[in-house]
Amino acid sequence: MALLEIENLTVTFQTGDGPVNAVNGVSLGIDTQETLAIVGESGSGKSQTAFAAMGLLAQNGAATGKVRFDGKNLLELPQAALNKVRSQEIAMIFQDPMTSLNPYIRISDQMAEVLTLHKGMSKREAVAEAVKMLDAVRIPDAKARITMYPHEFSGGMRQRIMIAMALLCRPRLLIADEPTTALDVTVQAQIMQLLGDIRREFGTAVILITHDLGIVADFCDRTLVMYGGQIMEEGATTDVFASPSHPYTLGLLKAVPRLDRDDDILQTIAGEPPDMSRLPKGCPFTSRCTFRQDSCADIRPALTDFDGTRRRACHVPTQEVA
Amino acid sequence: MFPEKAVVDGLADAAHLAEVQGRSLWKDARIRFFRNKAAVASLVVLIAIGIFAVFGGLIAQYERDFIDFSLMGANQTKGTPSFATGHYFGTDSSGRDLFARTVQGTRISLLVGLVGAGVAVVVGTLYGAIAGYFGGRIDGIMMRTVDILMSIPFMFVLILMLVIFGRSILMLFIGIGLISWLDMARIARGQTLTIKNKEFVEAAVATGVSPMKIILRHVVPNLLGIVIVYATLLIPGMIITESFISFIGLGVSEPNTSLGALISAGAGQMQYGVIWQLLFPLFFFIITLFAFFFVGDGLRDALDPKDR
Amino acid sequence: MSDTTKEPILSVQDLAVTFDVRPEGAWPWTKPLKLHAVGGVSFDLKPGECLGVVGESGSGKSTLARAIVGTVPSSGGRIVFEGKDLAAMDVRQRRGHRKDVQMIFQDPLAALNPRMPVGDIIAEPLVTHYPNTPRAEVKARVAELMERVGLLPNLINRYPHEFSGGQCQRIGIARALILRPKLLICDEPVSALDVSVQAQVVNLLAELRRDMGLSMIFIAHDLSVVKHISDRIVVMYLGRFMESAAARKLCTRPEHPYTQALISSVPIPDPVKERARKRPVLEGELPSPLRPPSGCVFRTRCPKAQDSCARNLPAISDLGEGHLVACPFHAPAEVLAPA
Repeated sequence: MALLEIENLTVTFQTGDGPVNAVNGVSLGIDTQETLAIVGESGSGKSQTAFAAMGLLAQNGAATGKVRFDGKNLLELPQAALNKVRSQEIAMIFQDPMTSLNPYIRISDQMAEVLTLHKGMSKREAVAEAVKMLDAVRIPDAKARITMYPHEFSGGMRQRIMIAMALLCRPRLLIADEPTTALDVTVQAQIMQLLGDIRREFGTAVILITHDLGIVADFCDRTLVMYGGQIMEEGATTDVFASPSHPYTLGLLKAVPRLDRDDDILQTIAGEPPDMSRLPKGCPFTSRCTFRQDSCADIRPALTDFDGTRRRACHVPTQEVA
Repeated sequence: MFPEKAVVDGLADAAHLAEVQGRSLWKDARIRFFRNKAAVASLVVLIAIGIFAVFGGLIAQYERDFIDFSLMGANQTKGTPSFATGHYFGTDSSGRDLFARTVQGTRISLLVGLVGAGVAVVVGTLYGAIAGYFGGRIDGIMMRTVDILMSIPFMFVLILMLVIFGRSILMLFIGIGLISWLDMARIARGQTLTIKNKEFVEAAVATGVSPMKIILRHVVPNLLGIVIVYATLLIPGMIITESFISFIGLGVSEPNTSLGALISAGAGQMQYGVIWQLLFPLFFFIITLFAFFFVGDGLRDALDPKDR
Repeated sequence: MSDTTKEPILSVQDLAVTFDVRPEGAWPWTKPLKLHAVGGVSFDLKPGECLGVVGESGSGKSTLARAIVGTVPSSGGRIVFEGKDLAAMDVRQRRGHRKDVQMIFQDPLAALNPRMPVGDIIAEPLVTHYPNTPRAEVKARVAELMERVGLLPNLINRYPHEFSGGQCQRIGIARALILRPKLLICDEPVSALDVSVQAQVVNLLAELRRDMGLSMIFIAHDLSVVKHISDRIVVMYLGRFMESAAARKLCTRPEHPYTQALISSVPIPDPVKERARKRPVLEGELPSPLRPPSGCVFRTRCPKAQDSCARNLPAISDLGEGHLVACPFHAPAEVLAPA
């Protein structure tokens, strides 16, 4: 049984310029100990999908659909029960660690608070456990540095602290929203390696939300590509990268410059990402798609299974997309 | 998969399309402002008060300094507000028409507020922008000057000035103008410090635009939002200051008057049962202040939507 | 595309840039600390060549760009542009320099004044240097450039916030090109853009460079993008020069341990290759530029570090064909190949 199952999720924001549909009918599932990548550009709805599932939408946002975790629909759970799930079962880390660390409270107190609150530990036990966790994320000299304040750490160290905090209650699912985007490549490599080790060690399932196809290639079992608030295609990472079945994935893979290749000009995807408040009736990628047919603009392609393990949402037959 | 070509062709076709009018941030702000009902209502009230202050004299039946000797001493019984006598707001203890005097009082109070805010906007913004943009020693000297001016107890100096040079509206304007820009200079400088680190200013520097042009073209327009908001909130402060000075008897001199002076006179006469003498000027005073505060709030929401 | 016989258009010799940093809570008269943002960097740029500068945050690559443009004063070394020393220029020559060297910025929206219509933004350099240009001509030039960079000229009266990130960067490029500069400096021009738009802007820059014969310095932290567009790459770390070589050579056979670590950290979007790669992950983090390590600045994280690295500044070895490396223990490594 899937650990987390999202069914037909839609997210709408009410703004001054009218409603914006950030997510339109997204369905996905993740098994225990699995790693799933949600890949998309800014505005593709990848982060809002996770926020909605966690009940973390901004004030003007509303979600419909089902988010099942352990048989419970998180969208209908009362606040207290949702808090319990959020703190103990699902953890989330963000691009900017400073948004979730209180700059005026010592790391030790912030970490211990989680444990005293949810696990009923004494303060001393909680700090000892927190030090253990900081050791696990390889913060050198954790015992001495735990009494420091967040701003005394570098960006990479802060992200490690965030990961340690997320793991304190041994969650079964970790959602990482662009965890390395603000970091340098050498530090990014460290953090991704750490996430991989931690995942194996703790048996945590991970949803990695990112725009970077590179880190997905190494890290994730399964990849899901989003565009315009909808899922374009999904499948095993190796399959999606080796034989993309959707024109958008294909274009994206060709548009990234690669160190291991020498191409003279990059193939581009023409045009700009869609305006989310005025999405076309059909496929959101239509206007930029080189394979488009007459039906694309009016009829939204359904996400259908193919090849047994993969799903895609495109009117064009699979074999023609290459 | 070379869609660039199609795009370029499309461009050539589109080149002779009509120019599209842009939607500036100012226009955006205007739309947001007019969505705020309280602010729009207050703006209407302000305009009405403005019209009252400027054209109210035309419908007044008496001159503001005309003394109706027949009413003198009989104010309580004969000076009540009435359309029949033409004294719409009644008369004061000297038998002068309160309507005409309220019109003039409102005019003076608004003028004091607008002049004070005007000086603050022009002098304060430029001063602050220059100090902030050049930074270093210039900034140090300019802002320490502001600090020194601010540390002088201004009410004390203003009262001294009015006593030494005599009471006049001009003196009042000079006094209020002298201090009103200090706060604005500080605010403008603080904002300039953030704006000058923006890449568009760097782009202008790199391309060789002269410093004064950068201040006027790139810094000041981006300051104006906060300056306007602060100015609208500054006007009521100016009006209150003027009222206080007039209330203690040092403001404008007779036969001229201001809302503060009228309220002061009205308060003094309250015990004789001529409550209208207090209520009419007080009404205009409070309405004006309220309207300015609401408009200021509306402007802040409209010009700086992130802060909501 | 580089021609070895030509005189370099730009020559940077042993450049140093320091900033004064006031320690927290210091008195106004205490001596400020010196932050060595750039130290001992040298390179030549041939006309029509594109030089990539790669480094992580704090490597001084942006400061280097600003020193060449002239918005940040250098504290040592020389910047020679077309045979003239930047530091020795008088006001008039400096104005000329500003005309010949233009810059493109990282954050496309922040680089445009939000209160100005894009037509005025693009025209600003032209109006600044040729104030007597007739309005009609200015407008025609702006429209021509907008079309050249792939924007509809009828959007001339629109404001920056009405454009997407990619379009804003095109506006920035149009502004940089309106004076027909000789040298274009791109400071992280695509790192704020989405992948699908990034490729458009990279291609546009490459095309403009070819068509207008521009010399270019392309600064970025993303080695894959830099390699794609550059003829030659300079690698910097903590303000110091590490290695420079032809783009392909640098990526396939890097000599400096830092370059090798950098390349092995760059993920490749190919699961098969990526999973087969052996990647020695660099330990530790960037030291504070206020207190850089003695000797070689990379030694605190270097897998090859020896005692001597702390004592001596690393000598620069010339391996021929413009391949320079600042490490006495350099050795080639095939970091891209599977283990």
